[in-house]
Amino acid sequence: MEKLTWTGSVGTVLDPIFSIIAVIFIVAVALQIVSSFIFKPAAVITNADGTLSAGSGPIELITRVSKYSLLGLIALAVLYIIAGMVMPFGKAGIIGAMAARFSPVWLALFVTFILSIVYKRKLGLYGKLFDSTIGMIGFGLVMFWVYTAIFSGVFDMIATHDPLTQVSGMKNKVPGTPMRGADAAECGTACWYILGGDNLARDVFSRMVEGSWIVIRIAPLATLFAFMVGITLGLPAGYFGGRLDTGLSFLANLILAFPVILLFYLLVTPEIVATGIPSFMAMVLFVFPIIFVGVLINSRYYTRPRVRTPLLAGIMVVMVWIYLSLISAPGTVINILPSSMDLFDIPGGILVVFVSVVFVNSPTVFRIVRGLALDIQTRDYVAAAQTRGEGPWYIMLWEILPNARGPLIVDFCLRIGYTTILLGTLGFFGLGLPPESPDWGTTINDGRKLLSIYPHPALVPAFSLLSLVLGLNLLADGLREESLRD
Amino acid sequence: MGLFILRRVGMMIVTALCLTFIVFFMTNLYPNLEKLAKTQGNFRMSDEAVASYLEDRGYLQATPIKYAQWLGLMPGHRTVKEDGSLVGKCVRPGVAPEDTPRYCGILQGDWGFSTVSKAPVSDVLGSRLASTGKLMFWVMVVMVPSALIIGVLAGMREGSGTDRTLSTFSILSTATPEYVSGVIFIALLASTRFGLGPILHEWGLIEGKALFKGTAKSAMDNATLQNFTLPVITIALYGMGYIARMTRASMAEVMTAQYIRTARLKGVSFRNIVMKHALRNALIAPFTVIMLQFPWLLNGVVIVETLFSYPGFGFQLVTAAGNNDIEMLLAVSVVSVAVVLFTQLISDIGYVYLNPRIRIS
Repeated sequence: MEKLTWTGSVGTVLDPIFSIIAVIFIVAVALQIVSSFIFKPAAVITNADGTLSAGSGPIELITRVSKYSLLGLIALAVLYIIAGMVMPFGKAGIIGAMAARFSPVWLALFVTFILSIVYKRKLGLYGKLFDSTIGMIGFGLVMFWVYTAIFSGVFDMIATHDPLTQVSGMKNKVPGTPMRGADAAECGTACWYILGGDNLARDVFSRMVEGSWIVIRIAPLATLFAFMVGITLGLPAGYFGGRLDTGLSFLANLILAFPVILLFYLLVTPEIVATGIPSFMAMVLFVFPIIFVGVLINSRYYTRPRVRTPLLAGIMVVMVWIYLSLISAPGTVINILPSSMDLFDIPGGILVVFVSVVFVNSPTVFRIVRGLALDIQTRDYVAAAQTRGEGPWYIMLWEILPNARGPLIVDFCLRIGYTTILLGTLGFFGLGLPPESPDWGTTINDGRKLLSIYPHPALVPAFSLLSLVLGLNLLADGLREESLRD
Repeated sequence: MGLFILRRVGMMIVTALCLTFIVFFMTNLYPNLEKLAKTQGNFRMSDEAVASYLEDRGYLQATPIKYAQWLGLMPGHRTVKEDGSLVGKCVRPGVAPEDTPRYCGILQGDWGFSTVSKAPVSDVLGSRLASTGKLMFWVMVVMVPSALIIGVLAGMREGSGTDRTLSTFSILSTATPEYVSGVIFIALLASTRFGLGPILHEWGLIEGKALFKGTAKSAMDNATLQNFTLPVITIALYGMGYIARMTRASMAEVMTAQYIRTARLKGVSFRNIVMKHALRNALIAPFTVIMLQFPWLLNGVVIVETLFSYPGFGFQLVTAAGNNDIEMLLAVSVVSVAVVLFTQLISDIGYVYLNPRIRIS
């Protein structure tokens, strides 16, 4: 078995072209910035028939060059991926092998994009996203990781090895190293450590893929919980004002003045976990979704008790059951539910991480929601609802909240990114998650000790985290742009 | 204005008291104290021995009392042992029992005794803060001007190619947390085997094989371009994007204002419009943002000092928390909470002072 090169046999043709276009692109972008200070944009030409056409000058020329070279780069990247998928495994090098392993993700992305672009006029704000390039790039990056997480976590498809298994002789091996003694005839995709081995001889590629499943499960859910807490407290604070507002704002400012890392160190150490403080915090924080949904349904249907009562009772029973099985786990302070009724147990470390991330995020959400509520409650439709005799909770949840959705959705995307960064920070300091966990922060922390000799075990998760957060930020930017356009 | 500042300061003191009380409570929970007793005494102490050790030193009193002692409002707990030796909160090794003060709290300027470094907290923390101050200073020197320049350049012609490129750069930098950019920088710029270093060495441009150093330990006494560049730009990069985006938004807003249009129609040159008319008004908002960046910088400092093993304030936080050094951890949190609250105060006052619309009303 021979070692894989980065691009394999495809590279002999494509690599030189790729590097030439990449250089042209970088030079063009740099020139673009410089030239905007030197030259004036060309004047628009007015034609004889009254139409306008763009003039051409040095700025326009450079812009065109940078645009086409970027398109060329994207086309080449697609070519690399297709070559990797079509050619036999390993022939197209490391990049080709990765592309082949990610084939279900490419397929899912392709289908998503085609469907969304075809029906974009019927899909509301989501469809409008496909009018902005930035938004599309961001959405693509995010969905890449979402699909990776789903395919590897649920269907067990993408990873080539087990993320925890150590294979002797593969310690700190560079990307593309074949497995020792592997038989080419039968090993198939497990012949190589595609992205090399880490300092415990585990497969870097599989760990990166499995790590995405941890991040994609925790980050959006934790952000959602933070939003529930922030909305449930922020709406009344903004709407009623007065003492309630003063008290809650003081509390929020208190948490915000805490340096995040200090808070993590205080909350996530094993000694504190043993006292059960995180479990009690979970108990408090996880009540908010129940309150939120309960009030939401009640304020809407309280005039129709025959619909309200069964609906509310059904939803409440399910939610309270999930709530109880969420917070009660054998061996911790809170062990209320008998094990026969306990639906699932969250591993202690994950719960603590989850709670601390929710706790850190909710005051900021509170402040945003409070500000929005203060602003929106002066609008005419709120006054109309008050005149109609609607209750305060109906006005908050069914008049103010839907009209605050634009900024909230944008902030939701940004905040998932921020939560991902926080999760990475926790992993980086070795707090909460178990030390062999494949999540990106822990892996970066593992890899940084030998960084200048074997950079690949730390660089791979670093770039993964970077691309996911970048995708979320770009997505938020695209959404903001498109929602402002309304 | 005076009343406003007074009210803010009062609020700040209340917040600081609340926060330090929370930290005090968390660090003084029984499992932490038990660990402390075992590391200070010996690891095979029985439960009774642990309890009596803690009892003698006053750790088992009610939390508000302990907090008041730590603040210096109440006399420190002391127990005279059977053999006549004195143990208690104010007892320090090398100080005779008769010289031991009654009060030893923050108000007396006594920050406690670090059980890990076996020295008064104020001595250890002082030198650590000085190192971090140096780091922060250079971060500010790099970050603020470049962020403002990027923001102003991007915002003065909204939607142009320059704007798009610079905005992409700022989004990229806000999406790169310190532990990611630090790792990338070390791997590409500080490695002797990969990245830029070996290439430049081959071309004969640099002496050593690595361009920069991956650790900043030596920067404590002697900061050079080689050992201090990477920590500084790693912190600066993450904060830079945010400030740049705020500056850009503020600049773009100012550029659409009526008075800018008037100046344009009068025939003022674009350069003069930007430099003389727009810039001053566009920089009010970023000032607040820069001030509010300090708490985030504190985070960055902890990560970067750990990554580059630079023995500063953040490094001290990690070691204190990891080794259960309770009094050190308390002092660290007091300092960081004070930094956060103080910058909030400055940003509020500065905003009022800089913004004539608020100042005059």
